[in-house]
Amino acid sequence: MNWFLGHLDEVGSLMATHAVLASAPLLAGLLLAIPLGWLARRYRVLRTPLIVGTGLLYTIPSLALFILMPLVLGTGILDPLNVVVALTVYTVALLVRTVSDGLASVPEDVLQAASAMGIGRVSRFFKVELPLAVPVISAGLRVAAVSNVSIVSVAALLGIAQLGSLFTDGFARNYLDPIVVGILACIALALVFDLLIVALTKVATPWLRVGSPA
Amino acid sequence: MKKITGLLALTLVAVSLSACASGNPLATPTAGGGSAAGQTIVVGSANFPESELLAEIYAGALKAKGITVTTKLNIASRETYVPALKNGEIDLIPEYTGAFAKYLNADADTSDEAAALASLRAALPATLQALEPSAAQDKDSISVTQATADKYSLTSIEDLVPYAPELVLGGPPEWKERAAGVPGLEKVYGLRFKAFKPLDVAGPLTVQALKNGQVQAANLFTTDPAIKANGFVVLDDPKSFFGAQNVIPVITKAKATPEAVAALNGVSAKLDTDMLATLVTKVVVDKADASDVAAEWLKANGLS
Amino acid sequence: MNLLWEWLADPNNWSGPEGVWTRLVEHLSYSLVTLVIAALVGIPLGLWIGHTGRGRLTVVNLVNGMRSVPTLGLLFVAVLVVGPLLAGDVAFLGPAIFVLVILAIPPILAGAYAGVEGVDPGVRDGARGMGMGELQVLTKVEIPVALPLIFSGLRSAALQVVATATIAASVSVGGLGRFLIDGQAYRDYGEMAAGALLVALLAVCVDLVFAAVQRLVVSPGLAAPNDSLRWRAAPQSVPTTT
Repeated sequence: MNWFLGHLDEVGSLMATHAVLASAPLLAGLLLAIPLGWLARRYRVLRTPLIVGTGLLYTIPSLALFILMPLVLGTGILDPLNVVVALTVYTVALLVRTVSDGLASVPEDVLQAASAMGIGRVSRFFKVELPLAVPVISAGLRVAAVSNVSIVSVAALLGIAQLGSLFTDGFARNYLDPIVVGILACIALALVFDLLIVALTKVATPWLRVGSPA
Repeated sequence: MKKITGLLALTLVAVSLSACASGNPLATPTAGGGSAAGQTIVVGSANFPESELLAEIYAGALKAKGITVTTKLNIASRETYVPALKNGEIDLIPEYTGAFAKYLNADADTSDEAAALASLRAALPATLQALEPSAAQDKDSISVTQATADKYSLTSIEDLVPYAPELVLGGPPEWKERAAGVPGLEKVYGLRFKAFKPLDVAGPLTVQALKNGQVQAANLFTTDPAIKANGFVVLDDPKSFFGAQNVIPVITKAKATPEAVAALNGVSAKLDTDMLATLVTKVVVDKADASDVAAEWLKANGLS
Repeated sequence: MNLLWEWLADPNNWSGPEGVWTRLVEHLSYSLVTLVIAALVGIPLGLWIGHTGRGRLTVVNLVNGMRSVPTLGLLFVAVLVVGPLLAGDVAFLGPAIFVLVILAIPPILAGAYAGVEGVDPGVRDGARGMGMGELQVLTKVEIPVALPLIFSGLRSAALQVVATATIAASVSVGGLGRFLIDGQAYRDYGEMAAGALLVALLAVCVDLVFAAVQRLVVSPGLAAPNDSLRWRAAPQSVPTTT
């Protein structure tokens, strides 16, 4: 506790970096997963290769992905971009399936009704399908968010500063205080992300609050 | 549609908010070279407390001269931070003359202080410069418990030779391949251990593994307070395998302005082995912040 | 790429106490021990909660909380706190397995709990009406019906454990993670890439084995028509790698 109070600035700035490193991939991953998920949903042939293929990416250990990124991206060894891109890969791996399932959860009659109203393909996707898929996508996003927060900390083994640095620093000095503070800060951050996504989902799905108390 | 964009926008806001809070943590330093004065020096460190402490001392001394400094600490092993130093991701690193010379050239002569320094300067890439070494030395060592030392009557590394095939050696993972590690020990002393167990950089894993018998001999740093605290025996090194290991600032030439060089050489002039061990004890045993210990020392020595 | 093939093509990297085969066996045995312990804790607890509906909220929150604990931090705490109490190689392996168990429990627990809870109340009542006792309802009806979800929980946990066991190498434990940590320490990209590839392959193989066993064990009448059902029914049990 004393350690925490004496290091508020440090913990705060590490937490901010951690938040960026964990959330930027979430956004990038979502943006990539939407078209991929749509393809997987739209074209039956593509479904298995896309979902299995992106799922495979998830089995690559994060430490390896962080270290090998510079070879792929041509970035520096200490570039935080390595972490962002690696986590984007994981986020995509998680979300392609979610997006595809979310789109599949939209009832066919709703789509037909939309088409009957003269709504075009593209605007039907953005105005009907995607909004109705939000609850399912949001569930996947929550898992990805929590997982990202945990994985970012591994990058401390490579000298990229964030909350995980408290783990390596504490460990090297046989000092529990910074490690415990780091763990609690990670949990707090994951919780904030989770609440934020839940809140945003509520805002994005007003129809779920009307009528039946689901 | 509105809802989706809302969702995205809010995430974006969250991201940018946290980005603001920490002053764009995703910014990376541009590659080395470029203009002279008024530039930032990025100080790196290896992944053990003494290296971080020395990096903080260098950073503090540079700041005192009005030089802009940022730190990137705890960058794994030499095998990782040296490439980062070469490609300009960091500009300055605390090093040890003999170990760095051996890293650059496996056959480097590091038997005494002058030889180690000369070998290092000869082996350094053209873009890097080794400034003045300090009197402070921190060597790698082969250490054993008192019980092991008694059991085999060990006082020097040579004494280990007949017993090594029954013993497990512990050290940082990079020792497995390094000239200053397992291959070198075999070449210089003819030591062939039963096995090599990769641990950490002379940290708590190494101490625990020695204490509970997972390894019988291990690499510890001679400045490590754990040696005294646990009654470990540091074996003599008659063939000077670990050689001279003076602490030395190594800097990118492009960033080695006269002020920076003066500040760093000022640190080297004041630092000695006992002082270094005392400072490390403050960080590792008393759990003081490396930055605080560094600032205090700089102040006491008129360098801040 | 070349470095990767060179490393894999060198027979020296495959044999001996530091070779691929040894590391593979280590990796599999750590993962197996972890899964068995996690299943012994997670499945009964999940079944009990699903069956009685008691402590549901607490457990769901706890499970979600456990998910957000950063594995690396927990591992370091466990090694510093528990390590000194143990002797020999268990000093580092024990804490590492403990942390992996913590990681594996949430998906297993969630699978068992969701499986039992999802049993059609009509089916349950029917069983009671036939004169079955509570234990019989659980063992003869609820568990068989819940099996697909119990399996998918185990499967997620297995994937997660196989991928995450690599990080145990940072505290000197063996397994395929050694190639990553050691390769990083001396910057051998071939070794690191090979390690990553081997872990990924192992994860895929383990997943296939689980899929095959699932097909054998689960009553055909219950088998999900495709994988997506598994996902929708238990969105909680998504693997988290570390």
